[in-house]
Amino acid sequence: MSFIRIYGLFLRHFYLITRSFPRILDLIYWPSIQITLWGFISNFFATHSTYYNNAVGVILTCAILYDFLFRTSIGFNMLFLEEIWSRNFTNLFIAPIKIAEIIISLVLTALIRALIGLVPAILLTSPLFGISLLDLGIHLFLLFLSLYIFGITLGIFVSAGLLRFGPSFENIAWSTMFLLAPFGCIYYPIEILPEFFQKIAYLLPLVYIFEEARSILIDHTVNYHNIVNAFYLNGIYLIIAISLFYYSFNKARKKGTLINIGE
Amino acid sequence: MENLVEVKNLKKKYDSKEAVKGISFNIKENEILGLLGPNGSGKTTTIGMLLGLLKPSNGEILIDGKKIEENRIETLQKINFISPYIELPKKLTVKQNLIVYCKLYNVLDIKNRIEYLVEKLKLEELLNRVTGELSSGQKNRVSLAKALINNPKVLFLDEPTASLDPEIGDFVRSFLENYKKEKKVSILLASHNMNEVTRLCKMVLMMKDGIIVDKGYPEELIKKHGRKNLEEVFLKLSRSTDELY
Repeated sequence: MSFIRIYGLFLRHFYLITRSFPRILDLIYWPSIQITLWGFISNFFATHSTYYNNAVGVILTCAILYDFLFRTSIGFNMLFLEEIWSRNFTNLFIAPIKIAEIIISLVLTALIRALIGLVPAILLTSPLFGISLLDLGIHLFLLFLSLYIFGITLGIFVSAGLLRFGPSFENIAWSTMFLLAPFGCIYYPIEILPEFFQKIAYLLPLVYIFEEARSILIDHTVNYHNIVNAFYLNGIYLIIAISLFYYSFNKARKKGTLINIGE
Repeated sequence: MENLVEVKNLKKKYDSKEAVKGISFNIKENEILGLLGPNGSGKTTTIGMLLGLLKPSNGEILIDGKKIEENRIETLQKINFISPYIELPKKLTVKQNLIVYCKLYNVLDIKNRIEYLVEKLKLEELLNRVTGELSSGQKNRVSLAKALINNPKVLFLDEPTASLDPEIGDFVRSFLENYKKEKKVSILLASHNMNEVTRLCKMVLMMKDGIIVDKGYPEELIKKHGRKNLEEVFLKLSRSTDELY
């Protein structure tokens, strides 16, 4: 494992972000709009719903957590797609960089991309809506970490698809998060879902994370069972995603996708 | 002289189509080997396997004595590639791109390496310019700098002067000749420019339908086939239906 190579690939994306003001603006703009919108919706529900009236920031907090997940996952895919769009793919894969180094570098860069967008948006919530994410206490870190792992896991899954099937897989890259969102129970308790959907939802770490966030904010209780379940499922999916990425790389070398994708 | 590249009975099959059908050749140290053939003859597939982008269906490739399939990272450290069909990140400056690739190739003395290449390839005025805004000739010189960033022992060139005007094309060819003399680098040159191949290559391989149909020194091939130049030899071999070798 070479930290210089990991840093090299990180640097490539860091230069790209810092060289372009519109890119930075784009990273900040959408989370800020999203969170402002959910802030007002959250205020409305807090004053018109008995479920939420003791916890003004529940919806907004969940919106921020979901946005972090969304940005991390999309960020990872974007970094991979960037290499295809710029026709730099071949240069990257003929460089002596290991698959593990590529994954680590993209994982770190995706975090920085997500934070560039989310930190200003989070800072907005306090003066605009009087809500602080820090109300979640130390558990906030665990929830964010869990979402981060799931976000990059989805990113690795989609990138494995891009590697195997080429740019035609791009549309899937954009739709994954929207497909999973209904099962994630981001804004509502799992009981709302039909029984069959509940079974699917319990297979995702998202349910445990958002149930836990509501548990802390509404009931003021911490259920470590949820946190452990989320990390446990995350671990399983991450291992599967990384294995799939390696499998796709080997398949791409057999099928010739690495040559076609790069030109 | 030592063989830096050894290709033994190399085959590549995609589902039902066999793109490369058991080819063997060597590239010696300080040698430029020309790889010629019409479109679809298997040149790109062969280069893809030499670069580790494609897994051979059969046979083996040794770079500097090591099998590429078993020592992928180690062998990639010793080779590099240039093609007009791949590009460097367009939004980065030339200097940023060179720094990034120095890191990816674990180049230790980045400053000196970039200074050396900038001087050799006359890149001083381009260093702080955005790569995507350069002309094709300027981009070609920058891609060449990237291809030499790791001081490769073996260089794979896929139509390195395609789409360049004659003056820049000549600059690139002269540069490659001098660089080979200076660094004793081995080069595989795939090109459709027969004058370029005649000028640069000591030995030439002619590919067609996934096999090597003939090989030899350019003058030897011209004489053997009773033609005036390499282009006529290329046309004769491309149009013939019989295997000659």
